Amino acid sequence: MREITRHALFWPVAALIALLVANTVYRPDFLAVTVLDGHLFGAPIDILRNAAPLMLVALGMTLVIATRGIDLSVGAVVAISGALSLSFIATSPDPGSVSTVLLAIAIALGVSLVLGVWNGFLVSVVGIQPIIATLILMTAGRGIAMLITEGQITTVTSAPFKTLGSGFWLGLPVATLVAGGVFLLVALLTRRTALGMLVESVGINPAASRLAGVKARTIVWTVFALSGLFSGLAGLILASNVMAADANNAGLFIELDAILAVVIGGTSLQGGKFSLSGTLVGVLIITTLTLTVTIVGISPLVTPLFKALVVIAVTLLQSPRIRETFAARARQRAARPEEVAA
Amino acid sequence: MTRKMWMRGTVAAVSAAAMLTLAACSSEQAPSGSSEETASGEEEMAEGDDVISIGFSQVGAESGWRAANTKSIQDTLTAENGFDLSFSDAQQKQENQIQAIRSYIAQGVDVIAFSPVVESGWDPVLQEAQAADIPVILTDRAVDSQDDTLYESFIGSDFVLEGEMAGEWAVEQYDGEGYKMVELQGTTGSAPAIDRKEGFAAAIEGSDIEVIDSQTGNFTRTEGKQVMEGFLQKYDDIDLVFAHNDDMGLGAIEAIEAAGMVPGEDIKIITIDAVKDGMQALADGKINYIVECNPLLGPDLAEIAQKVVAGEEVEKRIVVEDLAFDQEAAAEALPDRQY
Repeated sequence: MREITRHALFWPVAALIALLVANTVYRPDFLAVTVLDGHLFGAPIDILRNAAPLMLVALGMTLVIATRGIDLSVGAVVAISGALSLSFIATSPDPGSVSTVLLAIAIALGVSLVLGVWNGFLVSVVGIQPIIATLILMTAGRGIAMLITEGQITTVTSAPFKTLGSGFWLGLPVATLVAGGVFLLVALLTRRTALGMLVESVGINPAASRLAGVKARTIVWTVFALSGLFSGLAGLILASNVMAADANNAGLFIELDAILAVVIGGTSLQGGKFSLSGTLVGVLIITTLTLTVTIVGISPLVTPLFKALVVIAVTLLQSPRIRETFAARARQRAARPEEVAA
Repeated sequence: MTRKMWMRGTVAAVSAAAMLTLAACSSEQAPSGSSEETASGEEEMAEGDDVISIGFSQVGAESGWRAANTKSIQDTLTAENGFDLSFSDAQQKQENQIQAIRSYIAQGVDVIAFSPVVESGWDPVLQEAQAADIPVILTDRAVDSQDDTLYESFIGSDFVLEGEMAGEWAVEQYDGEGYKMVELQGTTGSAPAIDRKEGFAAAIEGSDIEVIDSQTGNFTRTEGKQVMEGFLQKYDDIDLVFAHNDDMGLGAIEAIEAAGMVPGEDIKIITIDAVKDGMQALADGKINYIVECNPLLGPDLAEIAQKVVAGEEVEKRIVVEDLAFDQEAAAEALPDRQY
């Protein structure tokens, strides 16, 4: 039992379960999944599908944070990617064709990758602090997205593009499969090769790892590029979800949600060791929380407060000092009856 | 050396990206560039050759409605019509708007016009404008200032009435069938969200339409869809959705379709705004009724600005007339819609 509670992911998982239980109390068949039109349907499926964009952004963020960095520009990249792809499809002669959609996706991902490389360049070559370097794109990026859409909300009708955000394959949402695939790929790359260890070493001590022969600059550059690429993919899913590119609101504050997911998952903002599965749990907590507000019927007036309370509870439970205090209390209480008996 | 080459490579990549974006926006311009003639604006051409300089601070670009509103203002207040328009986008932040208004005061424009993001907190900056003798015109949304000499006129729709019109239609169509309704509210605390909710609630009072839940969807599609998904998981028996704007209604349509139901039939939808995408969905039978909130405030604003500068009396409150559409009317009106 002690082993389990000591596990780094115990409290985040407990919080997730608590949220699911709370939902089930209000809606007994909350966890029920049925088959509808040949695909799965139900609240858990909604959560998995809505979690996909945040999952992608948070994956990139985990790697960046592991190298002691932070990427504030992810929301702007989300907006640019969505704006680019939908504007391209809207102006193409044949919005419904698969080749148009693939080209639009390629352009959006290509530009997102370039934006990630730009961040990496500022941080690793020019040596600007990550928070400042990515702040540049965070501010400028939404302006660029507005330029692309001309301040309008671009909408298109294109069945192949819609598949990405709302489609199903083998009964599961395509968005979830994409995010899951990327998650597995990153997990394999970082845990089955030396890449993960190199990222951690750069995060723990960049100078020492460089002296030990680790190409710290390349590693930092790579993680920022990946963060840009993953954000671009998230932007495509978000745009496809409602088939509209909203330069102002797409991915707004997603950087904060992503950082929160990473921190809930137990990765320290000081860099070093990181936990991909922890981030996954963090993302699921945040997405479930959003649905919980509707299911439980929290008044819109107190929604931010409710969310903040849950987050405070989870982070406090994870703090070693708080946990020790509680453990000490528990020990005292356990010890007292024995004294009486003696 | 290698470092230089890296830098060169990166610069090339970045400029390529910039060109891509530019290419994308110039190709975007083609369809929307064919702007309609602003006939009503043309009539009020300034007689003299005095150009009226006007500073306009817009809320943002949060919805299709706002985009149409911006376009109407930019297309009417042109140099040909005798205006010199300075336009700024506040990105939904009051401090940006206050800053923009201060800079218009510093520039000494003839008229300041703006759509307040929120209702309160405007007195100090409006007093500055008054001290500088610059008349202020409010569009679309009001301020809750006690002192109504701080602005010349307020041009905009009556949001309570919009809510009432939506509610009256719902009662007319669905009363007596025990409909259960969910509501997608606008941004918490904003005037349209408060007023439309109030108007609708007043109109359905006494009928057997029951509001079973109400949540905010923040006037956006994404949140409208997410909240509707939640409602569909929470209740099995939703008959009617009232969304405070089209965008949230369009998001709700996506959620309803994903749940294997037919929007407009299994679940009826009533929205407010009547932007193009909304009207299209109405004509397609996915929405049942839309109350218009007219965004074409440009011509009215031009007229009032000219009168104010000429020193004429203007009315304190100018209510823009709103229409309402059912599915047939939408199909008829759609080809001639400007927005």
